[in-house]
Amino acid sequence: MIEFRGVSKQYPDGTVAVEGVDIVIEPHTTTVLVGSSGSGKTTLLRMINRMVDPTGGQVLIDGTDVATVDPVRLRRGIGYVMQNSGLLPHRTVVDNVATVPVLTGVSRKQARARALELLDTVGLERSLADKYPSQLSGGQQQRVGVARGLAVDPNILLMDEPFGAVDPIVRSELQQELLRLQGELGKTVVFVTHDIDEAFLLGDQIVIMQQGGRISQAASPAEILAAPADAFVADFVGAERGKRSLHLTEVDGRTVVVDGDGRPAGVLAP
Amino acid sequence: MNLFVEGFAWILDPANWSGPGSIPERLGQHLAVSATVLLIAMVIALPVGALIGHTGRGREAAVMVSGGLRALPTLGVLTLFGLWIGIGLTAPILALVILAIPPLLAGAYAGFESVDRRTVDAARAMGMRELQIVGGVELPLGLPILVGGIRSASVQIIATATLAAYLADEGLGRYIFQGLKTRDYAEMLGGSILVIALALVVDGCFALVQRIVVPAGVRATRTRELRSRPARSRAATG
Amino acid sequence: MTWLWSNLDEVGELMLVHLALSVPAVILSLVFSIPLGWTAHRYAWSRGVLLSIAALLYAIPSLALFVSLPPLTGFGLRSPMNLVIALTIYGVAVMVRTAADAFDSVSREVRQSATALGYSASGRFWGVELPLAGPVLLSGLRVVIVSTVSLATVGAVIGVPSLGSLFTDGFQRGIQAEIVTGIVATILLALVLDLVAVLLGRLLLPWTRTPSGRRASQERAMETTERVAGAA
Repeated sequence: MIEFRGVSKQYPDGTVAVEGVDIVIEPHTTTVLVGSSGSGKTTLLRMINRMVDPTGGQVLIDGTDVATVDPVRLRRGIGYVMQNSGLLPHRTVVDNVATVPVLTGVSRKQARARALELLDTVGLERSLADKYPSQLSGGQQQRVGVARGLAVDPNILLMDEPFGAVDPIVRSELQQELLRLQGELGKTVVFVTHDIDEAFLLGDQIVIMQQGGRISQAASPAEILAAPADAFVADFVGAERGKRSLHLTEVDGRTVVVDGDGRPAGVLAP
Repeated sequence: MNLFVEGFAWILDPANWSGPGSIPERLGQHLAVSATVLLIAMVIALPVGALIGHTGRGREAAVMVSGGLRALPTLGVLTLFGLWIGIGLTAPILALVILAIPPLLAGAYAGFESVDRRTVDAARAMGMRELQIVGGVELPLGLPILVGGIRSASVQIIATATLAAYLADEGLGRYIFQGLKTRDYAEMLGGSILVIALALVVDGCFALVQRIVVPAGVRATRTRELRSRPARSRAATG
Repeated sequence: MTWLWSNLDEVGELMLVHLALSVPAVILSLVFSIPLGWTAHRYAWSRGVLLSIAALLYAIPSLALFVSLPPLTGFGLRSPMNLVIALTIYGVAVMVRTAADAFDSVSREVRQSATALGYSASGRFWGVELPLAGPVLLSGLRVVIVSTVSLATVGAVIGVPSLGSLFTDGFQRGIQAEIVTGIVATILLALVLDLVAVLLGRLLLPWTRTPSGRRASQERAMETTERVAGAA
């Protein structure tokens, strides 16, 4: 379990990135931090592996304040996937995936063997193992990034807009792949995005952040849609625009679902 | 043109290939002095440059120091040190070290800071220690630029070591000053040709090294990467 | 200081001589490197060749070049012309790469819109490309100024008078003040010429005077300066 308790972050120049945040993240669930840029969502994510230290409050993992843990040890036990994959350009795919295990003392041979298995896990051909990141497509690079995040079999996987830089078709593929993986592996995933649709698709819990690093609402997707906490949330999830207010109509004896603008969204299953 | 013929004839004259002050001896001196200077200057400049490039701190100061040192006239520094320390090798070596520092410093910090900050950020997020980031990520990726700095420093050292023969009985430059004194143009020209050949060979060697040290994964995208230098910016916070 | 006061005339005269050596070399460097840099920018195949030759020339030790030039040019070893030619060669070697970068820095959109407006090829060069390459060219010129003024002193050891004569004379007669004066005077001269170049730049490139323009050109200047090391 990951817990944020009254967490704040103020930079020396006075900008407040995060203010008074409380979140509880249950194990084996996916929590999506969503908000526009400047809402402090990435800052929150980076507090979990101490890439950023809060100036107020605590971040706890299974009851332990992360501030008491050596940052390097902490990070080696937590998977991290970032936008543009952050792969090391001078190392091959397999060596990139094996980086952290090798750092923690696993033999190179073992680490590589495990890395090859991970390539299978994330749906990459093993023939790509000896390629360099620059020789892969954007979607393939992101998959390698996910494989690297899983390399030490961490309980926690942090994902910072991992699909932000790929085209829509590849993004949707990767999203489905992540859902499949999560179904198999059951990690505690913390996912940052500015795309509310992605949040609804992936999240068990959604944390909507607003400017100045405050939480507007933290709840399940259904709860957020059913009862937006305020006008900001309602606007952010698009409840006002009719996209999310669906109606049922009868067509040829079947029940069709249409959105607020009257466009069909699907057919009600019998 | 036939002066050049005389110059080459002087180089090929067997009399100049043995005994005190022979070409092999002078060449050896020139190389020894240059290598010594390069080593000392590297020990001083590279760690400092790496630190500046890694942390991004002190960059302004480094640019100013290396810019200021560059404006120093080489001959002035050489003669001043010669006057302070006296005839011999110490003065030129010290002066040469000072003059070799700017290109090395610039090469080191430019190399280290040329590495994409997002790559460094990812390495840190994975749990690499700072020294592991420096040695395992920034050094291999910044090496081509770093070697470029060593290359310009070495060329400059060889040139200045030629000039240093003005105050020490050392190196291939001696032939130029000796010839100047005895009005032996063939000797001056022969010495010059040797110095030029030495400089070009060393420059070529480093150019080759510079090519070799480009990491394989970067080679494919090299031109693109060199064109668009990644800007240093604080890692994005959402 | 006393040495300086009693030799002020001589120092002043050497400064003028030094100017007469370095200013023509700087101007010639600019004049030659603009077409060469443009060629390297325009024709990709020539870029490698030109820049390699520049790097090669740049690697030649100055003293050796001073000695080697007279048989090729016909000027005497102690002729100022010999020195000016050598300094120009170094200046061009340093400047060609910057000039190529300068023309690269002119955005594609601007060039295409100039063509669309109906500029002829030469009109576009003089009216659009050259002025817009100006800031980067200026930064390169400033590097050339500093290195040329410094390099010109080396001529003193083969008997071409300049501020460098203060070094050789001071060394032979053991007058420290004379050498220090020479160093300070050389740096001063470089700074003054640099200032002149900057002022000329402001006059000729008025659009770079806006805060954003200045910052951009300064950053470029820094980049370029980093890449080009001083010659010996």
